[in-house]
Amino acid sequence: MSGAILRLDDVHTDIAQYHILHGISMNVPEGGVHVLLGRNGAGKTTTLRTIMGLWRARKGAIVFRHHDITAMPTPDIARLGIAYVPENMGIFGGLTVEENMRLASTTGRFDDERLGRIFSLFPAIEKFWTSQASGLSGGQKQMLAISRAIVERREMILIDEPTKGLAPAIIRNMIGAFREIARETTILLVEQNFLFARSLGSGVAVIDDGRIVHSGGMAELAADEALQTRLLSLSLAEQH
Amino acid sequence: MNAALDRVGGVYALPVILAIIAFAAIGSASTWVTLTAAGLAMGMMIFLMASGLSLIFGLMDVLNFGHSAFVSFGAFIAASVLAALGVWLAADSVLLNLTALMAAIAAATAFGALAGWGFERVIVKPVYKDHLRQILITMGALIVAEQLLLAIWGGTPIAVARPAFLTGSIIIGDIAIESYRIFALLLGLVVYIAMYFALNRTRIGLLIRAGVENREMVESLGFRIDRLFIGVFMAGSALAAMGGAMWAGYQSLITPALGQELMIIVFIVVIIGGLGSIQGSLLGAILVGLMTNYVAFLFPKLALASNMLLMMAVLLWRPYGLKPAVKG
Ligand SMILES: Nc1ncnc2c1ncn2[C@@H]1O[C@H](COP(=O)(O)OP(=O)(O)OP(=O)(O)O)[C@@H](O)[C@H]1O
Ligand SMILES: [Mg+2]
Repeated sequence: MSGAILRLDDVHTDIAQYHILHGISMNVPEGGVHVLLGRNGAGKTTTLRTIMGLWRARKGAIVFRHHDITAMPTPDIARLGIAYVPENMGIFGGLTVEENMRLASTTGRFDDERLGRIFSLFPAIEKFWTSQASGLSGGQKQMLAISRAIVERREMILIDEPTKGLAPAIIRNMIGAFREIARETTILLVEQNFLFARSLGSGVAVIDDGRIVHSGGMAELAADEALQTRLLSLSLAEQH
Repeated sequence: MNAALDRVGGVYALPVILAIIAFAAIGSASTWVTLTAAGLAMGMMIFLMASGLSLIFGLMDVLNFGHSAFVSFGAFIAASVLAALGVWLAADSVLLNLTALMAAIAAATAFGALAGWGFERVIVKPVYKDHLRQILITMGALIVAEQLLLAIWGGTPIAVARPAFLTGSIIIGDIAIESYRIFALLLGLVVYIAMYFALNRTRIGLLIRAGVENREMVESLGFRIDRLFIGVFMAGSALAAMGGAMWAGYQSLITPALGQELMIIVFIVVIIGGLGSIQGSLLGAILVGLMTNYVAFLFPKLALASNMLLMMAVLLWRPYGLKPAVKG
C-alpha cells in the first residue's frame, strides 16, 4: 500500500526466551483510526511496544514514513511524532495533571488554543489541572493519558485499550473525542470492545497468537457476521 | 496510629516526636540542645551522602555499593587542600578562613562530579538492569578505590585542620553548640533547598521526578533517560564527596575506613527514607542523626544498633520507607 504511514514487515519479537510475535505484517494508512483487534494474549500490546522500541524486533522491519525505526531508540521514535498511550496509561502519579501535560509538550509550553480544545473534550483535565495525578479516577487517568498524547499535533498515536474498565457513558464520550483527534492525526487503536472499535475504525487488522489473521476495511467486517464470528468469536466470547 | 500521625504533620513529625522523647529521657535542657544540634548537623551531612544514592537508584534501579568511595575521596581531598592552605585556615581573618574551607569543599565536590562521570561510563553503564552484576562490580570498584586511598594517603589517621572561625562553640546561657555543626547544618540546608528547587521548579527536575516513577514512559515522551542519568550520577557523586569533605572537618581525624563506616548509615537512611525521594532522604538522615546522638549519650553501647532497630521498626510499619517516590 502506498499511502501507508506505518509499515510492519514480518516482525518477530521475543520476550525473554518466549517467541511472542511470529511475523506481523501490517500497513497502517495515513489518517483516521486503524484498529488492531484480538483476544487476550494475542500480542496486541507487544506489537505496540515493538513499534515504540520498548521491545526489540528480532527479525523484520518497521518503517514509519521513510524512517526505518526497527532499531531506533524509543526517544528518537517518539521525536518522529509518535505518541504512545500504554495499556496501564503511564500516568506520573507523583506529578500534577499540569506537569504530566507539560512533560508531553516538546517545548515545555502549551498552545492555549489547543489546550482549550483538550479541556472541552475532557473537562476533568481542566478541573483537576493542579491536582496530583495519583488522585484521579481510572477514567480520568485515561483522559489524561490521551490528553498528553494530543498536547501537540502528532503524526501518529498508538493507543492500547482505552476503554478498559470505563463506564458506557464515558466510552460514548471517548468516541466523540477520538473522532475529533483522528481529523488531524493517524490513530492505531488496540481494542477488544468491538462496538467501540466499529464506530471509529476505518481499517482493521485482527491478530491472533502473534500473527495477523485478517486485515481489511472495518465496514466490510462489520457487515459480515460470519467473518466476525470466525475471527472474533474468541474475543467477543470473552467480553462480559 | 496513622491517622493520629497525619494530624500532626505525618511522617515529618517523627523527628520532633523523637526529640521530645529524648528530652524527657535526658532531663537536662542544655545537654538536649547540644545533642539535638549535633544530631541535626550529622543528619545534614549524611543527607548530602544519601540523597544522591537514593536518586541514582530511583532513576535507573542502579545499586551503587561504590558510592562511599566518593565520600572517602571527598574527605581526603578536602583534608589535603585544608592542609595545603593551613596558613589561611589559621589566619585571623574570617574571609581567608572561609576561602580555604570553600576551596576544600569545592575541590572535593568537583572531584566527585568528574570521578562520578568516569565511574558511570566505565563501571555502571555496562551493567544497567543487572542487579547482581551491579553489586559485584561496584563492590569491586570500592575495594580498588580503598586501595588507592591507602596508596595515596597511607593507612595512618590524618588530622584535619578546622578553620579558625569554626573552632570554638557558640555559647548561649549554659548551652554550648560547636560552630562547625551550625555551619554543617546551614550548608546542608542550602543544598537541600537548592535540590528542592531544581527538582520541583525546573524542567530537568520534572524529568527526573517523572523518570524515577516510570522510565519507559519518559522515554516514550521523547527524552533520553540515559543522558539524564549521567547528570544525576555526577551530581549524586559530587554531593557524596561534599558530604565527605564536611565529615572530615567534623571528625577532625580520618582514616580510609571512614567510607565503609558511613556506608552502613547511608544505606540505612536511604532505606528508611524510601528510595528515589530527597524528602525521604532528608527525613531519614535527620532521624538517624538525632537517634545516633541521643542514644550515644543515653546508652553509649547501643549507638549503631539503635539505627538498625530504627530501620527495622520503620520497615515493619512502612515496607517502602517513610516517604518513597511514587512509582507509576
Ligand atoms: N513481560 C512478559 N514476559 C513474558 N511473557 C509476556 C510478557 N509480556 C507479554 N507476554 C506474553 O506475550 C503474549 C502477548 O501478550 P500481549 O500483552 O501482547 O497480549 P495482548 O494482546 O495485549 O493481550 P491483552 O488483551 O490481555 O492485553 C502473551 O502470551 C503474554 O503472556
Ligand atoms: Mg494488551
